[in-house]
Amino acid sequence: MNLYQKSSVVLSSVVLVAVGALMLSGSVSAAPPSGSSITGTIKLDGTAPHQRGIDMSKEPSCAAIHKDKPATMEAVVAGANGGLANVVVYISQGLSGNEAPMSGDVTLTQKGCQYIPHVVAVDASQHMKVVNADSTSHNIHPQPTKNQEWNKSQPPGSAPFDVTWANEEIAVPVKCNIHPWMHGFIAVVKGPYGVSDDNGAFTVPDVAPGSYTLTAWQETYGTQTQKVTVAAGKATNVDFTFKAK
Amino acid sequence: MKTKMMKSSLLLGAGILLLMSAVSWAQMTKYQEDQRLNMEAHVGKYTGHAKDAEANYRRYCVGCHGVEGDGEGENTPWLDPQPRNFTLGQFKCRSTPSGTLPTDEDLYDTIARGLDRSVMPIWNQLPNQDRIDLVAYVKHFSSKWVTEKPGTPIQIGPEPEVTADRVKAGQVLFQKLECWKCHGVEGRANGPSSDTLQDDFNRPIKPYNFTEGARPKCGSTDRDIYKIFMTGLDGTPMPSFSDNVKPDEAWDLVFYLRTLQPKNAYNEKERAIAKQLGLKPIDPNVPLPASSGGQP
Repeated sequence: MNLYQKSSVVLSSVVLVAVGALMLSGSVSAAPPSGSSITGTIKLDGTAPHQRGIDMSKEPSCAAIHKDKPATMEAVVAGANGGLANVVVYISQGLSGNEAPMSGDVTLTQKGCQYIPHVVAVDASQHMKVVNADSTSHNIHPQPTKNQEWNKSQPPGSAPFDVTWANEEIAVPVKCNIHPWMHGFIAVVKGPYGVSDDNGAFTVPDVAPGSYTLTAWQETYGTQTQKVTVAAGKATNVDFTFKAK
Repeated sequence: MKTKMMKSSLLLGAGILLLMSAVSWAQMTKYQEDQRLNMEAHVGKYTGHAKDAEANYRRYCVGCHGVEGDGEGENTPWLDPQPRNFTLGQFKCRSTPSGTLPTDEDLYDTIARGLDRSVMPIWNQLPNQDRIDLVAYVKHFSSKWVTEKPGTPIQIGPEPEVTADRVKAGQVLFQKLECWKCHGVEGRANGPSSDTLQDDFNRPIKPYNFTEGARPKCGSTDRDIYKIFMTGLDGTPMPSFSDNVKPDEAWDLVFYLRTLQPKNAYNEKERAIAKQLGLKPIDPNVPLPASSGGQP
């Protein structure tokens, strides 16, 4: 390759990249983790609705696990300081599409005939492990609308299932037909996300500096959005409050 | 760099298409409908064409499955189980893994076989060509058949000889896999979870009762029964067991399930062995021996 060829290649590359950048709005290179993040607290304004107790007498091995503290439904789980748990926080607008995927695997465990965690979030590029820690069979039956539905039996002691999801969907209900009280949600997100803990605290890690729309989803109360501008190299605080109904 | 250019031109094309569709959305969907009517189905030497099935569909199927294929025909309010909604692209009777589309042959077999304990009759009086055309027509209702391929059918090896050991191993599996939770310890559909089962539309649904003498919905042969529990019946509580049952063990379970059925064309040997063994129904409260079969 002589100098002339080289420079023409470089020139045309520059032009193409410029055009591509215009058309695809910044899909040129993957944004590396920036060290900046979004953190905050989800609050519940008001008293959480009563969560019905679960009668597990049909499954004695699970009933035994909950004999000291009966299991309850988990549609609204409020913590001590008015914090709201199991809220999925994700970026609904403003991603470049080239964020580094969330690292590590996500695990959904069936224990005491409940899903732990009750709400699990997973990046469309992550693997999700489904574990049966009980001494009874479960069937894992996600019922998505934007992904393929499936239904598989997982007897006690069997190997975890390795599950991936093709399409963003917030959130996929999952149930076990053998134990009709068992249900949870799998939030399939594209890009970084956080799920609030029992105190309502969440962290959305590795968000490149910029302006975004942040969405918080709760299974009973639905979604809320806020605009957020993430500064470089630090945690930007955003809080959400859901009104108890 | 080439891909970038392709991407841009694709984007441009997509933009133009979007504009066109904005001008007349109805025409776009009509276009899609016409495209989908080109749907084909292939079984053996037959090729089915959706276009050719329109008259038969309107004559024989529309009353239950509806003009749109959404299962909302004029008979639907009076039917239980409800007719299949073809627009979802989800089917009970498959040779393919849970969560995948069935093969054309699976659909062809379902049309021929009918669905026992529903109003879906046997259609094997229709000529083969008409039935394969109807398979293509059923497929044209869901865009899934455009965007996805059918699953890879599970491999079913040659059926082994029925032996007492296999029947006993099958019984251990029946307990271990907890088939009895729904189907009951004697296969009477009265297990502890049987009365709370719901299908995907939250309608009550009953597990199969092995003792009634009814044909299983997805076929009566040993291979059909093998397929049912190894692929699951999508849209119902019946899961796939293929992750935890080895292909050879699956035959053991088939043979044991045969002993639960009243005398039929397929279970003479199994029933004789059960009688000879003095086989008793399982007792879920008696733990299985540690070395029992079916360990995943």
